[in-house]
Amino acid sequence: MARRLAIVDVDRCVGCQCCMFACTRRLDYAGLGKSAIKVRSAGGVERGYVVIVCRACPDPPCAKVCPVDAINLRKGGGVFVNPSLCIGCQLCSEACPFGAVGWDVEINKPVICMHCGYCVEFCPHNVLKVEEVE
Amino acid sequence: MIPSRVLYVDLERRRFKVEDRRELFEKRLGGTGVAIELLKEECPRGADPLGPDNPIIFAVGPLTGLLPMASKTVAMFKSPLTGSLGESHAGGRSAIAIRSAGYGAIVIKGASRSPVYLVIDSSGAKFREASALWGVASSFTVGRVIREREAGAGLRTIMRIGRAGEKLVAYASVITETYRHFGRHGLGAVFGSKKLKAIVVQGDQALKITNPAQYKDLYLRVFNEAVKSALMKKYHDLGTAANILPLNSIKALPTKNLTQQGFEGAEEISGENLAEQYLGRRIACSHCPVACIHLAALREPYVDEPYFYKTTFVSYDYELLYALGSMIGVSNVPGLLRLIHEVDKLGLDAMSTGVALAWATEAYLNGLIGDAETMGVKLSWGDAEAYLRAVQYIVEQPNEFYSSLAKGVEVAASRYGGLDYALSFGGLEMPGYQTGLAAYVGYLTGARHSHLDSAGYSLDQKALKEGRKLSPQEVAEALVREEAWRQILTSLVVCLFAREIYRPGLVAEALSLTGLDFSVEDLNRLGLNILRAKQEFKFREGFDPSKLRIPKRILEAPTPSGGITEEDVREAVRRYFDLLFSSS
Repeated sequence: MARRLAIVDVDRCVGCQCCMFACTRRLDYAGLGKSAIKVRSAGGVERGYVVIVCRACPDPPCAKVCPVDAINLRKGGGVFVNPSLCIGCQLCSEACPFGAVGWDVEINKPVICMHCGYCVEFCPHNVLKVEEVE
Repeated sequence: MIPSRVLYVDLERRRFKVEDRRELFEKRLGGTGVAIELLKEECPRGADPLGPDNPIIFAVGPLTGLLPMASKTVAMFKSPLTGSLGESHAGGRSAIAIRSAGYGAIVIKGASRSPVYLVIDSSGAKFREASALWGVASSFTVGRVIREREAGAGLRTIMRIGRAGEKLVAYASVITETYRHFGRHGLGAVFGSKKLKAIVVQGDQALKITNPAQYKDLYLRVFNEAVKSALMKKYHDLGTAANILPLNSIKALPTKNLTQQGFEGAEEISGENLAEQYLGRRIACSHCPVACIHLAALREPYVDEPYFYKTTFVSYDYELLYALGSMIGVSNVPGLLRLIHEVDKLGLDAMSTGVALAWATEAYLNGLIGDAETMGVKLSWGDAEAYLRAVQYIVEQPNEFYSSLAKGVEVAASRYGGLDYALSFGGLEMPGYQTGLAAYVGYLTGARHSHLDSAGYSLDQKALKEGRKLSPQEVAEALVREEAWRQILTSLVVCLFAREIYRPGLVAEALSLTGLDFSVEDLNRLGLNILRAKQEFKFREGFDPSKLRIPKRILEAPTPSGGITEEDVREAVRRYFDLLFSSS
């Protein structure tokens, strides 16, 4: 069974961004800069937050538009990126309607959620979960 | 890895430069430790707080972005309210944005000829025309306009001033992320004097770490403590408003300018009541799992049309509920929330505003001022409508009375009388704790005259529980010790709510991860040195502890710890400074 990161209830999000720090830490960095998950306000914090993360599409547009086949389909939905093929054209980033393709400015390559679930352990308010998918 | 780059922005010539100040950060960590050194470098002796020479310093710390709750930004400047050290801290996303943009500190100098806002990122500072934003009635609108105009959603801070800052109200605030503030000491007026409407800082750089395994282990320990500790749970559940009922029950909640002890409306403005009736959302600063920020959803009908409502989110905290609630007798919650919202919209410091209104109410009731001065506003305890009009006038300053009040309670009382009950300490309007000798001595001696400097209120309450009376010597010793250690926390820009997590041993361990080698003794010594540096800056600017004004009212109004004598206060103040400059 494959796993997928899912949002349980975005209205429980307090905007602490601990998931983003976790995602960056997963890559042995600190800060927010390499996060595949993003939290921002829904037009001012009084309106709550938007949590943007790859939804593991079965037919992902980011992979379809990649001109160098650097984005491959993952079992259970979503993709994984082969950075050695990527040319940094950002077409994948433009293709995702959710804006879930993050960008690592340091290496000029996409950061896309690999559904590892590390961030879930650092969400104290039950916004995120990992679920099994067919 | 530690932050070390300092961005210098010159508003006069619209230029910037970046300098690497590694040594400064290695010696002084960041936050207050670095900011006071930069302030001493940049602020000429005797500078006019509202003149171009007064610099604005923002500093973050080596743990920002690395560990939870190292999420504050320290601002330093010369205060237009106290004429001395201006120091104010705010959270939101300010600290992580500054660090992720690649800076440890930002220094803003000079004054612009016309309104500008700054956009700061890793490539430096851009100057944006802000004439059209100048004079906009609501600080919320200013935030929204800039939010939509500029990039970096989720990875930025937007610091802005309201009308109060533009009109140079001496206690104008700077608002960030809508509900966090550089509230105290009038940073908003310093922005206003520089025609600086806002600063956006965007940052998307990740931070390198050298020992990932050790780092992740420490992270987990800090994170788990933050999520599980009782203190953190208290701040998450009810927020700081949880303190209203306990403080009122010991008669330490300042009420109606200290004319009475204990507030009859405490239940209504309590954290419990607000949570049950009004709490609409909880939010957090970046990298803080606690989420102590409580927003009330205020649903109000329009009177001109049936079934037509608006819902406003209003951030409440203990100090606001005290200053705009009990201190001026307001217990009607919708009225209180409207008042908090108005103060935020205008960009005023809620605490100074409340204390200024409290004095004005008493002076009005005593006949020292009349309708001519208040422009027909009939100030009376609990009348939120009257206070809503008065805060507008404080900002617009249509006459001499409101112009005086806009300079702080001490200026107003010096001009109109009632100085005995003008409740400011070192020029700063008092915080919400009437607990006893230690609280008041803390207000007088603390480098920024804040309850957060040395937590005298906590000392009083501990002694009260133990049934002990504190001597001036005990008070002085405890305040120096606490204030010195807090310089370390604020140099690391750790939120003071996390002070029980960031114990000396853990701080030393965390610093070693960044390559900084400090023993606990080193840290204690450094804390003391930073505190001395701050007090020395104040002395340089004319501060004299022996000339501190002690409002008579605090000697008359009983505290839970009993009565207070001027002799005890003076003695404790003297001993504080003796100790500070003699201990090693």
